[in-house]
Amino acid sequence: MFEIIQKSMLTPTICKMVVSAPRLAGAAMPGQFLIVRADEKGERIPLTISDYDRKEGTVTIVTQIIGASTKKICSMETGERFADVVGPLGNASEFISMTPEKLAQTRVVFIAGGVGTAPVYPQAKWLHAHGVPVDVIVGAKTRDLLIYREEMAAVCDNLFICTDDGSEGFHGMVTGMLEKLYAEGRKYTNAVAIGPMIMMKFATLTCRKLSLPVIVSLNTLMVDGTGMCGACRVSVGGKTRFACVDGPEFDGYEVDFDEAMRRQGQYKTEEKEALENYGK
Amino acid sequence: MANRIPRVPVREQDPKVRATNFEEVCYGYNAEEAQLEASRCLHCKNPRCVGACPVSIKIPDFIAEVAKGDFVEAACIIAQDSSLPAVCGRVCPQESQCEGSCILGVKGESVAIGKLERFVADYAHGEGRDAFRHKVATTAYPVHQKHKVAIIGSGPAGLACAADLAKWGYDVTIFEALHKAGGVLEYGIPEFRLPKDTVVKSEIDIVRTLGVKIELDVIVGKTVTIDSLMDREGFEAVFIGTGAGLPRFMGIPGENLCGVFSANEFLTRNNLMKAFRSDYLTPIHAGKKVIVVGGGNVAMDAARTALRLGADTTIVYRRTEVELPARREEVHHAHEEGVDFQMLTNPVEILSDEKGWVRAVRCIRMELGEPDASGRRSPVPVEGSEFEIAADTVIMALGTSPNPLISRTTAGLETTRKGCLVADEEGATTRKGVFAGGDAVTGAATVILAMGAGRKAAKAIDEYLKSL
Repeated sequence: MFEIIQKSMLTPTICKMVVSAPRLAGAAMPGQFLIVRADEKGERIPLTISDYDRKEGTVTIVTQIIGASTKKICSMETGERFADVVGPLGNASEFISMTPEKLAQTRVVFIAGGVGTAPVYPQAKWLHAHGVPVDVIVGAKTRDLLIYREEMAAVCDNLFICTDDGSEGFHGMVTGMLEKLYAEGRKYTNAVAIGPMIMMKFATLTCRKLSLPVIVSLNTLMVDGTGMCGACRVSVGGKTRFACVDGPEFDGYEVDFDEAMRRQGQYKTEEKEALENYGK
Repeated sequence: MANRIPRVPVREQDPKVRATNFEEVCYGYNAEEAQLEASRCLHCKNPRCVGACPVSIKIPDFIAEVAKGDFVEAACIIAQDSSLPAVCGRVCPQESQCEGSCILGVKGESVAIGKLERFVADYAHGEGRDAFRHKVATTAYPVHQKHKVAIIGSGPAGLACAADLAKWGYDVTIFEALHKAGGVLEYGIPEFRLPKDTVVKSEIDIVRTLGVKIELDVIVGKTVTIDSLMDREGFEAVFIGTGAGLPRFMGIPGENLCGVFSANEFLTRNNLMKAFRSDYLTPIHAGKKVIVVGGGNVAMDAARTALRLGADTTIVYRRTEVELPARREEVHHAHEEGVDFQMLTNPVEILSDEKGWVRAVRCIRMELGEPDASGRRSPVPVEGSEFEIAADTVIMALGTSPNPLISRTTAGLETTRKGCLVADEEGATTRKGVFAGGDAVTGAATVILAMGAGRKAAKAIDEYLKSL
């Protein structure tokens, strides 16, 4: 089980893998995540499910090298097996349970940042297949770090690329792109922002300015992913919620992003040390 | 005059030394000590110890074999009723069960039943390994019943239920959400009380020898559901032994600051994920000054773990030391190792430094008032007694409740207001063919009570399947 069927490096630090996990693939829905443990001594790393194929019994994950454990995951090759792949975890995206009438009135803009582009894909794909108009804004630091361009273009009405350095598409941030679209007269009923915590914070601020409801997908620290540890606690609407079982998607307006960002960095010192010692 | 022999003391690692390592605190008996201690048993006609054991181990019988020196036979006698003797010999509250009802205890000291059980089990996993496994393998029945049973959770309840059903010839599969079998034995109880490779793994291997299959990384309620197991995979009965894994928090200001952890997170990182070992990648934050809130065994485990990771550690508890729900032995060990105890103290707020990390805990002194429903005197805050304790880490060990993942995804399964599954004495839930036991039904309790519930449910499942 958990054999890597296919592997490709999307950028020098982002890798895409198709992994055999039949039970998981059979149950996965857009918006959910899974947990990978590369080997006996690795951490349990939560990753959003980027795609799933029930017939083949596979799931697709996209991993960015950030620390020692993600480096280990990305160093594994086709034919090798992960020690564990478990899920699906968390709740499916809200629109999965919407009525056809409600879906017919929906017009979604996705705001994707960096590696967060991958989890946007199954959601856009699902909505597109259900006839919902979907626009996607994809942002990256520079052109070489853009991922999922062709795949995304195939499952949305309009794909808007933006880069911080202007090497491709709109020169600026995803928030600037969204404001530009609104200035041009485009309108949406819902926004979904997935990416780094800081990007989701600012995307939410922009959406609020535009009176556009926004859902964010929180990539918090986690251990078990089933509600046992509470490492993923976030304040949402003044209440403590567990991102693993109550999320990972929440109403962006309600999330305390500053607290979430601080909590995400709790093990920074230990993680840096582990990365420095990796492979020694 | 067997009862003239004083209870044989057990050797332990020096407190100063063990406070810096994760090796086992208690060394247990050697063969000579075990035989001497076994000779103290009076072999009562009506052994009260057996009645006080939740899984009814034939205690005088196994002790007789120990006295004779036939340790493998002793292990086989225990194995008839318990699949986790090396675990229970270490973590059972014997003082309130078997040993608590030992007749020798009335005027003197009871037989050290727990330490004898542990000795026998360790012998069966060590020196006597081949002989014991051979006996288990030859007495294990092959699958001869056509019925398939699914067990959810590989903790004490699930293992006990699975072992009995396998002995009766059922085709049994355990589904475990985590990447290792054992449940709380793996993620909750620390290495220095319960070694994982030599004890937990060995005992689970024996359960596998009985023919039980264990499928890891399957979260029932997410990866599969009870309905899909029964309708699509052909399981005719299900036992839910999913424990009580959800941590409680106090709901006080500052609880989401960096440096505040649930005991579950802290212990899981160290036990299941082996953060204390430098060859594992798991990070853990113990800091320099740790405050553990709570007074149960989990609070003791968290405090003693933090201590071993190098932190100066204080337990704060709102009642007095007499009311501590933890086992005496654990409290005693924590004291010996240098854990500081602040009794009649309750946190009211966790204070932050400029970076959002814990700086101190504001506490209030308590006094004991009138007895509450449980008969314990309830703690009442002393007005104006607030004070600060400096700390950089706070660990909340306030108890746990059952995980709603299964009850929320299974129609017809009723729960109590506290989220516990509703089940009768035999473990039958409100849904046909679905049984439950252990902490998932009772709320957080002990390993041995969960095992007892698992065995009872196994019997009920056997009767149910025979009635189909």
